[in-house]
Amino acid sequence: MLLTESGSLQPDAWRHLADEEPLHDSDPVTVSLTRWQKERAALQAWNGRLGLRLPNHAEPATIADDIDRFALIVLNFPKFTDGRAYSQARLLRSRYRYAGELRASGNVLRDQLLFMRRCGFNSFIVDERAVREDWSKAFDEFDVFYQKAQDTAPWVMRQRLGKDC
Amino acid sequence: MQLVTGNHLRDGTVIYFAGAGAWSPSIDEARLVADDEADSLLAEAQTGPVPLPVIGPVLVEAVKENGRIRPLSLRERIRVSGPTTGPAAATRR
Amino acid sequence: MYRYDDFDHRFVDERVAQYRDQVRRRLSGELSEDEFRPLRLMNGLYLQLHAYMLRLAIPYGVLSSTKLRKLAHIARRFDRGYGHFTTRQNLQFHWIKLEETPDILAELASVEMHAIQTSGNSFRNVTTDPFAGVAADEIEDPRPYAEIIRQWATLHPEFSFLPRKFKIAVSAAEDDRAAVKMHDLGLYLRRNDKGEIGFELLVGGGLGRTPLLAQTIKPFIARRDLFAYLEAVLRVYNRHGRRDNLYKSRIKILVQSLGAAKFAAEVEAEWQAAKGEAVALPDSYITEIASAFALPSYDRSPVDEAALEQAIATNPAFARWMKHNVAAHKVPGHAIVTISLKPVGQTPGDCSADQMDLVADLADALGFGEIRVAYEQNLVLPHVRRDALFALWQKLDAAGLGSSNIGLASDIICCPGMDYCSLATARSIPIAQRLARHLSAREDAIGRFNIKISGCINACGHHHLGHIGILGVDKNGEEVYQITLGGDAGNNAAIGTIIGPAVKSEAVTDAIDKLIGVYAAMRQGGETFPQTFRRIGAAPFKEALYAAH
Repeated sequence: MLLTESGSLQPDAWRHLADEEPLHDSDPVTVSLTRWQKERAALQAWNGRLGLRLPNHAEPATIADDIDRFALIVLNFPKFTDGRAYSQARLLRSRYRYAGELRASGNVLRDQLLFMRRCGFNSFIVDERAVREDWSKAFDEFDVFYQKAQDTAPWVMRQRLGKDC
Repeated sequence: MQLVTGNHLRDGTVIYFAGAGAWSPSIDEARLVADDEADSLLAEAQTGPVPLPVIGPVLVEAVKENGRIRPLSLRERIRVSGPTTGPAAATRR
Repeated sequence: MYRYDDFDHRFVDERVAQYRDQVRRRLSGELSEDEFRPLRLMNGLYLQLHAYMLRLAIPYGVLSSTKLRKLAHIARRFDRGYGHFTTRQNLQFHWIKLEETPDILAELASVEMHAIQTSGNSFRNVTTDPFAGVAADEIEDPRPYAEIIRQWATLHPEFSFLPRKFKIAVSAAEDDRAAVKMHDLGLYLRRNDKGEIGFELLVGGGLGRTPLLAQTIKPFIARRDLFAYLEAVLRVYNRHGRRDNLYKSRIKILVQSLGAAKFAAEVEAEWQAAKGEAVALPDSYITEIASAFALPSYDRSPVDEAALEQAIATNPAFARWMKHNVAAHKVPGHAIVTISLKPVGQTPGDCSADQMDLVADLADALGFGEIRVAYEQNLVLPHVRRDALFALWQKLDAAGLGSSNIGLASDIICCPGMDYCSLATARSIPIAQRLARHLSAREDAIGRFNIKISGCINACGHHHLGHIGILGVDKNGEEVYQITLGGDAGNNAAIGTIIGPAVKSEAVTDAIDKLIGVYAAMRQGGETFPQTFRRIGAAPFKEALYAAH
């Protein structure tokens, strides 16, 4: 299931295709980066909603030119201590201006959710533990921040100087 | 021979597995087993309702001498005795 | 000094509430230890041999008397009546209970303190010169920049799960008293040809298994670009630092493997690419933060130097303290006082609650309520009028804080070692105590001498940078000590050379004796130990130590 950035829980409407699985026209689907690179022309031409699953060591620049093709990009935290996807998220959002849904997968735990949202993630793959332990409360733990990030939260320099920065 | 030791979750103090789900601050109450039973002792120490009272349980080598249990390593002897110097030296538990 | 505004207060209060809930979730079993450990480390809470240890943050080493009194209170109420000042200007309490830590953090928050990120794989304490703001050889006060970086680095959403810890130091004086070159990222404040303030940017220093000195990757960055360059360096590290091997995961390994030039090019490329989105650091913001660090309104009336001279002439103990513990101040008639936490035979860097209260009182009476922590594990009073020095010394001396050994052989840097630390492979404190006892009688004759002792390869005692460095290791269950020579922190930073096989604990004092003997016999002019070592090489020292007699 998915937790959204606003704290609500939703089923996942996307199908995450293995590389050999055929596309189904009616479903939104994600494909791996490998498949995208191999079948790019066909996937560009396909008229369904397409998402991309990016390994956390992949270079976001390699998909920069195609970024508008994706309605969803799924990034991965193989272990919650592996923070590479935070940088990928920020690059996708601010450098490559990705405007679609950005989703966190892998070892996604409650105490990293706020960091993730600040880096531009808007959905998170979770399990029933998120319900049982009410993970949505994680988003409310701070309302003041010391850095400008991908969210619209007030950050310290803007607050103090009283102007946009 | 081996025993299981760790630290108490709530207060961080040194504790020893006494068997049957019990933990003691006194090493003399530790359950001491032969080497070939050590792995199952550790497994037993890590079984129980969550949260376990212990964090970081490990096996350490020890011997029984004159009714007292003594660990072999200096590190574990320091965990029994407390710091060997300074303001908290020779703190008995 | 910096004072919290509503924003800062709210932030630490929210942090305490977050942590309190994390502890609740741990104690209820909702969080496993594996899930909780990084969270408690991000609030400075370690598990050590005997108890939990709390490392609280003293940002760039600056304390107020109010804060120091709170630390004394915490020592009494929650610990065993003492604390330990560390080699990163922080304080550690060694007898802490997990279940009391939320209340401790709340107490800290009430005096604008915290334990945020004193451990964990993110930014650690930003450190600087303990004489910052008042040193005669300073270009500009580095503290505003340290404070700006501290805030930027606090709970940074992109960089909270780095491959490993990240330590930053800033220095703004001719004499680098912050050991910048041993840091992951170092900043030397500089003026360019146009007189503009900026920074020389160094990356890739660090001790431990692979000791390396930081290398300059950008000779001058404008201060306006500080955030942008920090972000560029950290993004390259976060993305490309090794995560497969704990011992190869610091940024120094990445710099070493790419080479400084290639690493610098990566940073530059990232900085260029980020130009559209990076946040500039405006002068107006620097000015606003810097206003908190304005110097106090010193009493500039003339000092009776004759009276001071008289006290020096008639009191040899005071004269000695003046010689070693008192440094020149940029404001005439004033002095910078270092309070030694290395009384012979005691644990280096330890300070009792009573001593903390006394220092706080003295700071209020004689020093505008400000105290600094030096990475050498001593305290500093940075604003003392020269005509107050004698009275100050008398009070310090009466409280066991009058040791006149700053920079001398008994001013030993020493980690807690295996008496306390679960990472340690040998004890370090007893070695320090023995050496201090043995050397203090002749330390004036030896002159400036830095002995640094670590109880394991993680090198929290900075042994690699000692004139003589001592590393305690385990050999077949026995504590043995490896000796390195010729290390140095500061401007002439150097990693010490391993001199030969490790020596047994009981042989350490004699070994150090012999090594100092060689130095004393061979030095020319006013050579420091590292200078003599570089000139004559290791051979004479090896011979003295290892040759059969």
